[in-house]
Amino acid sequence: MFDFLEDYDLLGAFWTTVQLALLSAVGSLIWGTLLAGMRVGPVPLMRGFGTAYVNIVRNIPLTVIILFTSLGLYQTLNVSLGADGVVETLNFRLSVLGLIAYTSAFVCEALRSGINTVPVGQAEAARAIGLSFGQVLRLVVLPQAFRASVGPLTNVLIALTKNTTVAAAIGVAEAATLMKKMIENEAQLLLISAVIALGFVILTLPTGLILGWVGKKVAVKR
Amino acid sequence: MTEVSVAKDAVAATDDLVVLKSVNKHFGALHVLQDIDLTIARGEVVVVIGPSGSGKSTLCRTINRLETIDSGDITIDGKPLPAEGKALARLRADVGMVFQSFNLFAHKTVLENVMLGQIKVRKTDKAKAEEKARALLDRVGVGTQADKYPAQLSGGQQQRVAIARALAMDPKVMLFDEPTSALDPEMINEVLEVMQQLARDGMTMIVVTHEMGFARSAANRVVFMADGRIVEEATPDQFFSNPRSDRAKDFLSKILHH
Ligand SMILES: Nc1ncnc2c1ncn2[C@@H]1O[C@H](COP(=O)(O)OP(=O)(O)O)[C@@H](O)[C@H]1O
Ligand SMILES: [Mg+2]
Repeated sequence: MFDFLEDYDLLGAFWTTVQLALLSAVGSLIWGTLLAGMRVGPVPLMRGFGTAYVNIVRNIPLTVIILFTSLGLYQTLNVSLGADGVVETLNFRLSVLGLIAYTSAFVCEALRSGINTVPVGQAEAARAIGLSFGQVLRLVVLPQAFRASVGPLTNVLIALTKNTTVAAAIGVAEAATLMKKMIENEAQLLLISAVIALGFVILTLPTGLILGWVGKKVAVKR
Repeated sequence: MTEVSVAKDAVAATDDLVVLKSVNKHFGALHVLQDIDLTIARGEVVVVIGPSGSGKSTLCRTINRLETIDSGDITIDGKPLPAEGKALARLRADVGMVFQSFNLFAHKTVLENVMLGQIKVRKTDKAKAEEKARALLDRVGVGTQADKYPAQLSGGQQQRVAIARALAMDPKVMLFDEPTSALDPEMINEVLEVMQQLARDGMTMIVVTHEMGFARSAANRVVFMADGRIVEEATPDQFFSNPRSDRAKDFLSKILHH
């Protein structure tokens, strides 16, 4: 019954999914943290930018963003991300870019909810010993905010893993693209769906469990 | 080090450390600081006392610019308070502050709490910072708690760590905003004793507190505030046994009957 699976590179497709998810996770953690820093910072221009970015980006469907990276960035603006015209590489990189742009809005908001759990007295005490705004954020507020945000960030990460399937829209050979191909070729609709679904559960379930444990472990006691 | 009792009389004009001149501040419609003039000499210990809401905390917080002021001047050691940026951060390092709610960094150990400012602000190397932190923790009597997290300590211990954290910056002046108000009664003395020792060592201190015992034994001067104004300034003895203003009399009768 499972014989036909041997004709497809299931592992390879999921490996692409993992790569999409990991690179986008790292990128959106960095960009999302910077956005959160802007949104809580003292500079009105940056605050405005951060707020506008989050409110615009999180309300655009991810498919539209991914398509924009391909149609807008590449085909119209000729942003080629150093892919030397290799289509697979280009589409992969464009997808990561789109996923980062989108996911970072959610990372920013998860972090901001974490920042709100840090009592103002923490930042005041940090300012009172002479730390600069950046140091207060980096050394005192964000470390505590990250610990309080592990739960919401886990949800963002799991959503990101599943959102990588949208990269199929611009032809990245990840799990959903393979699923579509398998469904077209084989008369095993249910089985194929189940296999792909199982693959995602295998990716996300441990993420949730491990991060749940980490979240408890690093929680700040007050 | 000058002895406190000497500093009391030998307040030379050139040795003014903290000077507030006609300081005004509003919170919206509330005129929370009204024409505050206050001068604190090097080595002097000043207790600020007054009913809740009279502006004592705000006064404290303007001195290291955690609150901005609307008008007037504040100088520390002859230099006006910088408005922002690096200069302000440097000034804050010279002004130690101890809060009612301790505010120890919750994600750092006791030792790290006392080392952070030394390393990041004073650029002291790690080994030196640790040595100094341990010495200060010993001095305030919590040396054995160095590797614990703040939440594992009693309130009194946390407040003593907070004092050590401020002292680690070698401040010119220390601000205390009701340092014992959040403590269980049995812990108040351990904190007051540390503060008393600091006063004896010649530290310049501005202390918001209702602890009369501390005021009598450690303060050179009591400043009584009500409704955003300094209503009365006197030596502790004069103030507690013979207050001049009706507001002070009224206030003292209330706290003495409790
Ligand atoms: N950040 C703030 N915003 C608005 N009002 C404030 C703020 N902080 C303090 N106040 C008000 O200013 C007055 C003085 O407060 P405070 O300085 O804390 O008094 P005290 O320490 O003497 O009790 C109070 O009426 C208080 O409600
Ligand atoms: Mg107060």
